[in-house]
Amino acid sequence: MTLLDLARGPALEWALVIFIAGILWRLLGVLLLTHPVDFSAPRTSFAKLQGTRTVFSRAWPSAEFIVRTRYQTVMAYVFHIGMFVVVAGFVPHIEFITGLTGLSWPGLPNFVATLLGIAAVLALVAMLVRRLTDQRKCCVSTWDDYFSWFATAAPLVTGLMAFYHLGPRYETLLAMHILSIDLLLVWFPFGKLMHAFWAVLSRAQTGAAYYRKGVRI
Amino acid sequence: MANESTLVELLRQQGVSRRGFLKYCAALTSMMGLAPTMVSAVSEALQNARRPSVIWLSFQECTGCTEALTRSHAPTIEGVIFDAISLDYHHTLQAASGAAAEAERENAMEENAGSYLLVVDGSIPLADPGYSTIAGISNLDMLEETAKGAAAVIAVGTCATYGGLPMARPNPTGAVPVSDIIKEKPIINVAGCPPIPVAITGVLAHYLTFGAPPELDHLGRPLAFYGETIHDRCYRRPFYDRGLFAESFDDEGARKGWCLFKLGCKALVTYNACATLKWNQGTSFPIQSGHGCIGCSEPGFWDKGGIYKALSRGEMSSNAKLAAAGAAGVAIGAGSALLARRRQNSVENSEK
Repeated sequence: MTLLDLARGPALEWALVIFIAGILWRLLGVLLLTHPVDFSAPRTSFAKLQGTRTVFSRAWPSAEFIVRTRYQTVMAYVFHIGMFVVVAGFVPHIEFITGLTGLSWPGLPNFVATLLGIAAVLALVAMLVRRLTDQRKCCVSTWDDYFSWFATAAPLVTGLMAFYHLGPRYETLLAMHILSIDLLLVWFPFGKLMHAFWAVLSRAQTGAAYYRKGVRI
Repeated sequence: MANESTLVELLRQQGVSRRGFLKYCAALTSMMGLAPTMVSAVSEALQNARRPSVIWLSFQECTGCTEALTRSHAPTIEGVIFDAISLDYHHTLQAASGAAAEAERENAMEENAGSYLLVVDGSIPLADPGYSTIAGISNLDMLEETAKGAAAVIAVGTCATYGGLPMARPNPTGAVPVSDIIKEKPIINVAGCPPIPVAITGVLAHYLTFGAPPELDHLGRPLAFYGETIHDRCYRRPFYDRGLFAESFDDEGARKGWCLFKLGCKALVTYNACATLKWNQGTSFPIQSGHGCIGCSEPGFWDKGGIYKALSRGEMSSNAKLAAAGAAGVAIGAGSALLARRRQNSVENSEK
């Protein structure tokens, strides 16, 4: 079995098994917990539905904080949007998702995916430099932060290397790319990458709680 | 037995002029990726070379490799090389049969011990010798016996080089390639299903000229023909780079000649010369004819997840494992939430 066969075969299969089982474990493990009973009367109706509005209203820092947070926010959006376009817009990736789920959609021209992929990598590097040089950030950073950064950056970097044929033979680059995705899938349920789900739920929860008290945030 | 005539004498007898011979040497030098200054060395070696004995053993194969080599139109490089060697044993092509043919093989082995070339096509079955025999001799025994006195072994076709189709899951005959049996002789793997004819003759010509195999890659294939992927030389590459793909056979994209990645083309990871040398004297190759590359010069190409499934789709066995993972996740998640709820209830009850 070659490295590429391993990466595309058993490694990918088991990574997906751990990813699916882990995500469902963590989501249900939290969503099925009890909620504290609030004995006061709600000030507005449909608070839970209103809470979803907070997911979008909090998508950009409010005016009081914008000066201190805009750089971080912009870099984070460049990375997230770039990564999303690369994953969902590059035709070979769409083919992978089609193979798993049966869903398919038209792809984007390759130059769009590669350009945004490079922008995503640069944004990731900028955020890492910020984390290492900012004393406050550095003090509160843990191993999870750095390893999650690595697990996220590796697929982007190896993917660009494979596309541009930089370095070893193509099948080795492709194997490295797929193995890095396997690592990301395995790590995803266990570290801070779960913010992909928690951020949405947490904002909605906060918004619903405030709406119940009659405050729209 | 090896003929005592030189190649040039033989060609002259067939009406091929010296000019024609030199043109052939120049073409061969270029195809082998040698420097132009090597043309004179190639012509000198070929015109003075005594015709070496070649024994061709055919095992578990479809005869496609021999067909590819012999169906090339004359006069060609293939035809000339065939005249340059003394093909002393070949099932499909030889006039003799039965005991006379086997006697011919044994004579050739004895007279040319240590200097004959052994060409093998087809895989060797190990599960049961009865799966493939010649004159009652198993493929394994014939290969081991004939390889003993050979100068080198040329494995022709993916069956001989990597096991090929007979080795596809579940490999009922226990097929193995030549390199799994022969360990102490130099082996040149001319892979492909079938290989491009000039790749076979190019290797023979290199051996005739230099008395040694050409430079090989990590899988034993001559770099001159297997040094680059088909993707890197494909004329449809601009469409891959732009992200324009055919969605199905004979759709608008297919008719416009767009990239065949989505239709399962494996050219990205296939090393061969199809995109440059092409087939049938440079007429076409699979991609040019509208079908994706199936990766036939790579080991295990039959078991890579499907000829019509894109390379990025993965080689997973089934979705059953993923469904089981989902069920396991739900069970563990619900179970941990239930335990947490019980603990919370007991804390609340104890506070009351």
